[in-house]
Amino acid sequence: MNNEMHLKFRALSQNESFARVTVSAFIAQLDPTMDELTEIKTAVSEAVTNAIIHGYENTGEGYVYISVWLKGQVVELEIRDEGVGIPDIEEAKQPLFTTKPELERSGMGFTIMENFVDEMTVESRPNEGTVVRLKKKLSNTKAVYN
Amino acid sequence: MSLDVQMDVKENQILIVRLAGELDHHTSDQVREEVSQAIEAHQIRYLILNLKQLDFMDSSGLGVILGRYKQIKQTGGEMIVCSITPTIERLFDLSGLFKIIRIEQSEEMALQRLGVAKYE
Repeated sequence: MNNEMHLKFRALSQNESFARVTVSAFIAQLDPTMDELTEIKTAVSEAVTNAIIHGYENTGEGYVYISVWLKGQVVELEIRDEGVGIPDIEEAKQPLFTTKPELERSGMGFTIMENFVDEMTVESRPNEGTVVRLKKKLSNTKAVYN
Repeated sequence: MSLDVQMDVKENQILIVRLAGELDHHTSDQVREEVSQAIEAHQIRYLILNLKQLDFMDSSGLGVILGRYKQIKQTGGEMIVCSITPTIERLFDLSGLFKIIRIEQSEEMALQRLGVAKYE
């Protein structure tokens, strides 16, 4: 069965929790394990936080867009902003790299996303925005019993 | 969804912080402010961070934990994190935080360890 949903919300930090809980509720129909659900929630939280802090530079202006597609047991996610963009994506992906150490950012966002899903791609254009695409195959526990 | 920060100041400049709920970018500001203030106000030397009731944490949590570690180290103090869940353990592992921050299974064990540390 295929399914999809699309979400648009203001780039405010109080929406980070809303975003990951909503995505997690949508994915629940595939019967993921608790670990899989936590991994997806964490990855979504990282991408949304990046959009709010870095994309929109904590101004609270602008919108974050999330799309989720369920294709069989595969979850595809797209987290997009229309913010300032990432000047150097490879540098941004390095563990512990952060442009905002004064805000006590750990620089672990992309590393966590990469580790918690199967595939991650990042596209960014200066002053146009950033798109993070994540893909994760869920363990097909249901099919085993069917 | 929010975060509950419970703080307990013990004798010998020990502060126990118990976090319950979700620690993300939004709630990490609250932890930074409240814990930093308590560390300064009570001249805390030993910080125990209990994560037993923490249901969710992302890299913002790592940032604020590392920030408090640096803060307490500046005055020659020590920090122990205790009761971490397997998911949070993975985050600690990925970031290398395991290598610098001491972990104990429970608050009691953390207190015991500090008790020993004081007489070293």
